[in-house]
Amino acid sequence: MTKGTHPSTQTRRPDWAALTIAAVLAVVAGLIFWDVSRLIGLAGYSQVGPTTVPYAIACCLIGLAVWTAAEALRGDFPERDHQEIGPVAWIVGGLAAQMLLLNALGFSIATGILFALTARGFGKRKLWLSVPIGIAFSFVVWVIFAKLLQLSLPAGPLERLFF
Amino acid sequence: MGTFDFLLQGLVVAAQPMNLLYALIGVTLGTAVGVLPGIGPALTVALLLPVTYQLDPAGSLIMFAGIYYGGMYGGSTTSILLNTPGESASIVTALEGNKMARAGRGGPALATAAIGSFVAGLIATMGLAFIAPYIVKLALVFGPREYFALMVLAFVTVSSAFGDSALRGLTSLFVGLTLALIGIDQLTGQTRLSFGVPDLLDGIEVTTVAVAMFAIGESLFIAAQGDRGPDKVEAVRGSVWMNAADWARSWKPWLRGTFIGFPIGAMPAGGAEIGTFLSYATEKRLTKHPEEFGNGAIEGVAGPEAANNASAAGTLVPLLTLGLPTTATAAIMLAGFQQFGLQPGPLLFATNPQLVWGLIASLLIANFMLLVLNLPLIGLWVRLLTIPRPWLYAGILLFATLGTIGANPSVFELGMLLAFGLLGYVMRVFGYPIAPVVVGLILGPLAEQQLRRALSISQGDVTVLFTSPIAAVLLVIAALAFVVPLIMRARGRGEVLTQLAASED
Repeated sequence: MTKGTHPSTQTRRPDWAALTIAAVLAVVAGLIFWDVSRLIGLAGYSQVGPTTVPYAIACCLIGLAVWTAAEALRGDFPERDHQEIGPVAWIVGGLAAQMLLLNALGFSIATGILFALTARGFGKRKLWLSVPIGIAFSFVVWVIFAKLLQLSLPAGPLERLFF
Repeated sequence: MGTFDFLLQGLVVAAQPMNLLYALIGVTLGTAVGVLPGIGPALTVALLLPVTYQLDPAGSLIMFAGIYYGGMYGGSTTSILLNTPGESASIVTALEGNKMARAGRGGPALATAAIGSFVAGLIATMGLAFIAPYIVKLALVFGPREYFALMVLAFVTVSSAFGDSALRGLTSLFVGLTLALIGIDQLTGQTRLSFGVPDLLDGIEVTTVAVAMFAIGESLFIAAQGDRGPDKVEAVRGSVWMNAADWARSWKPWLRGTFIGFPIGAMPAGGAEIGTFLSYATEKRLTKHPEEFGNGAIEGVAGPEAANNASAAGTLVPLLTLGLPTTATAAIMLAGFQQFGLQPGPLLFATNPQLVWGLIASLLIANFMLLVLNLPLIGLWVRLLTIPRPWLYAGILLFATLGTIGANPSVFELGMLLAFGLLGYVMRVFGYPIAPVVVGLILGPLAEQQLRRALSISQGDVTVLFTSPIAAVLLVIAALAFVVPLIMRARGRGEVLTQLAASED
């Protein structure tokens, strides 16, 4: 991480994002305690069982949460660069679309959409061009991996048309 | 039988046509991903794991090792021509190498990097072959508590000893350790943290996490930086061959780099970067041309590149002899071994010598292939740098999801891929390192197993962990590796450690 443009103007203000991280760590620790408490009594004769290590990890997570909170309050976290949300949303949308369409439309179409939306996130705006390119490319990849290398990639209408 | 006999046997295995083909595929892919900015060898091995389910173990492992070596070679090309290191161990190479390329001496810079990598790879692989049997003998006296102590040491060095913050390194490590808990407990068969979801009973796949964090997290992070204008690729002008003066100035840095890099890689200290920085500092001190440093000194390319490759070979020493991964790539290679039901360690040398020695011997062969790939064919690799970024990252995500779909074509698995990708992105934004997550995820269950074995033998007496001299020494070193950097950072010497940060490879 490189330093932002305002190095030390607001170092004393609590860093809310970092405090959120501390809270998440504490919640995860609580989740481990809650889940593992079901297993109590099964520790065996040496008092070391499936619960020992999870408890140790949960305790460490609480320690890390406290440490993170302390650094957040002191403003010790590094400055974050400005993040563009648009491109991230395009790529996440592409991955979500692939996830939902994969079993219905097959590998080539679902992955072609992921391909085009990722390219959109990186600045290729012509979706009418990049979607067909993506589908064609994904289809070639499907033929190589599913037919030649015997990997089980889900087939859809497009794949069934040819094979 | 001595090491030489084993190595000769290994060469017979490695020289089988199929294994030669796997090695060639490995080094070619490795060079390509090393050249491409943004993806490293760890990601490539993770992507290929599902594809190799049906292949034979020796062949796939030879391919993975080829990718690792190839990635180390290819990274130098990007650093020299683009000033954007393709993998983190090549940062130092960019300092002098890019200056040389701008001054029209890109050819000799690439040549000294490739030949230096070759010399270092050859010597370090021989070092691996000769040291491994001794460490295997040593490891035979290791019991559960010694293994546990060794893993604690690896946890500390990978997460908190280097990098800019012990807090963030440790947090990453514990994210990995927490993910490792999910699924069925290996010793009692009870489910932990799976919340009744059947997909979670098998635990979280190392490959899913690695692919999500390295490929998706990294792509999201780069996309989020917005358009910063295209990077300038320096054309390779003039001859790629080195003249007599270049040779005279290069051979000593190659050897020094090798002898700095190999021991550092072989120690459970994580990362090839440390060796490259030390080598650079050494060359800067010993050079007869101090005025050239900072403006393109060939020693500053030759030494660090040799150190870089030597420590890649060194990393294989703890991986093969102890089953201890110290880098993200090694961690995923360990997952590759486990995929075939093999556990690297002293036992593997006894039960499966032809596989281990075949792997080591194939590294020697891979080195020769890489020299050919990287000198006469350099123009081909430079072409890769000119792929426009939208197509490059669209392709990276295509192949990233391909591996996961091939392993398990379920909506749940892809959902996890997306979730861990977002986690990886957020971690990148806040400056959390990724490698400790992967190492924690794969080493966590092994460490837990050893700890519980040790405590079962002692009937719950915790002091047993400290009463063996070897374990005690290892734990003291681990404690020092944790405390000393904290003190150094507190006293304002932290930037040295930041520079030595072991990031993704």
